[in-house]
Amino acid sequence: MTALPAPLEAFLTEVGRFFVMLARTLAWTPRRPWDARELVRQMVRVGVDSLPVVLLTALFTGMVFALQTFSTLRRFGAEGFVGSLVALSMVRELSPVISSLLIAGRCGSAMGAEIGTMRVTEQIDALEALATDPVHFLVVPRVWATVLTLPLLIVVGDVIGIAGGYLISVVYFGANPVTYVENTFRYMDLDDLTSGLIKAAVFGLIVAVVGCQKGYHTRGGAEGVGRATTRAVVLASIAILIADFFLTKILF
Amino acid sequence: MPAASEPPVKIRLREVTKGFAGRIVLDGLDFEVREGESVVVLGGSGTGKSVLLKHMIGLLRPDGGTVEVDGRDLATLAGPELTAFRRRFGMAFQEGALFDSMSVWDNVAFPLLRAGWPKAKRAERVAECLEMVHLEGAGRKMPAELSGGMRRRVGFARAIALEPRILLFDEPNTGLDPVIKAVIDELILELQDKLQSTAVTITHDLTSAFRIADRIALLFRGRIVAYAPPEEFRALPDARVQQFIRGLASGPLTE
Repeated sequence: MTALPAPLEAFLTEVGRFFVMLARTLAWTPRRPWDARELVRQMVRVGVDSLPVVLLTALFTGMVFALQTFSTLRRFGAEGFVGSLVALSMVRELSPVISSLLIAGRCGSAMGAEIGTMRVTEQIDALEALATDPVHFLVVPRVWATVLTLPLLIVVGDVIGIAGGYLISVVYFGANPVTYVENTFRYMDLDDLTSGLIKAAVFGLIVAVVGCQKGYHTRGGAEGVGRATTRAVVLASIAILIADFFLTKILF
Repeated sequence: MPAASEPPVKIRLREVTKGFAGRIVLDGLDFEVREGESVVVLGGSGTGKSVLLKHMIGLLRPDGGTVEVDGRDLATLAGPELTAFRRRFGMAFQEGALFDSMSVWDNVAFPLLRAGWPKAKRAERVAECLEMVHLEGAGRKMPAELSGGMRRRVGFARAIALEPRILLFDEPNTGLDPVIKAVIDELILELQDKLQSTAVTITHDLTSAFRIADRIALLFRGRIVAYAPPEEFRALPDARVQQFIRGLASGPLTE
């Protein structure tokens, strides 16, 4: 067998570990005991605690997007489309991707650090020695909490982003509020919303599985934990952007 | 002694090899622990004693050779089966390995909770275990607030909470004061007495080794080089054993 080039081998290792962790998570999910309290605790951490950041980001994304498109479309006399453009872009693309990237930085990193610390201080070994599978106990609630919570966050982000667009178009550029709102919903159907939510759920899966996987395979003390944390964010972010391309291709 | 009178083998390692990044730690190691016996493994720092212990519970997998517990080859177990198999073990880790997101109380209660004990029974048992290691008042403390020795005692309490049949102790009394050390030794003996548990203890401490062991083993260069009951062990002519017992700086162990 010829050796693979080191970067390729590293890449394939990551991909392999991702799917192994995903498979183990799915295999352990139906097994008892179910820890509803831990699931809720993790949902609060991903959802409630991230809400302010997501709201702020969505608001400004909507505002900037309206600012850009309004001044551009006005040159063609097409400013009537700003409402549709902002709404569709937010719901289908901007809100899921930007919020997921934020959650990767906020929660994926925390999962990597937490589980990584447990690994280097033998707490993962202790869990196993106490007849508790670490994937069952640590990874399953984190993954499902993120998968369930991220779409909810994104709905809120959608609303706030659209409101931000309204604010700029109507208050700042003086567009007609009635036609603006009308245009916002004219070209949007349910598929646009659900495709955004599907994206969000997949991104949530990526963030949590990558974060937990990096933590689980941590080596080398405090330095290793730092490395795992950084890698969790970088890898999840890249994976989100790549997955976004393919999901967009499939869903539309 | 005729073989028939000996208790059955509980843990058996055959030709176990294990290396990390090219460095060989266990080198064709053979080892047997008989049911109900208390075995102490001696050996210098970094000779792979913890690695040996982790093989017994399947936390590490051998590169070569087999590990059998109760006649089951651990290599044949994985996933939920392995997890369930581990209920028969209790293990205390070197630095305690307490769950730092949980209080001392919750740490000790953890195995009971996982085993599905009702709340009242759990509380009673946790109180009992903490009392055994002389930490009655520390239940509400978080692991970060404890000294190293206290953490080790909580780890010990957590390991014995379910009264497992196989006890693995990784340096349970290192860094403890002599009184608490004696308490831990007493507890190991008592558990054995009460439950006929099998215990494997790693220690540097010769006093406690001779106090708790039915047999003492010396690990050197990845193999068990001596294995005998305490009095026989003390009298072994093996130069490595004598160097360890007398604590000499020069000899075959340090060559």
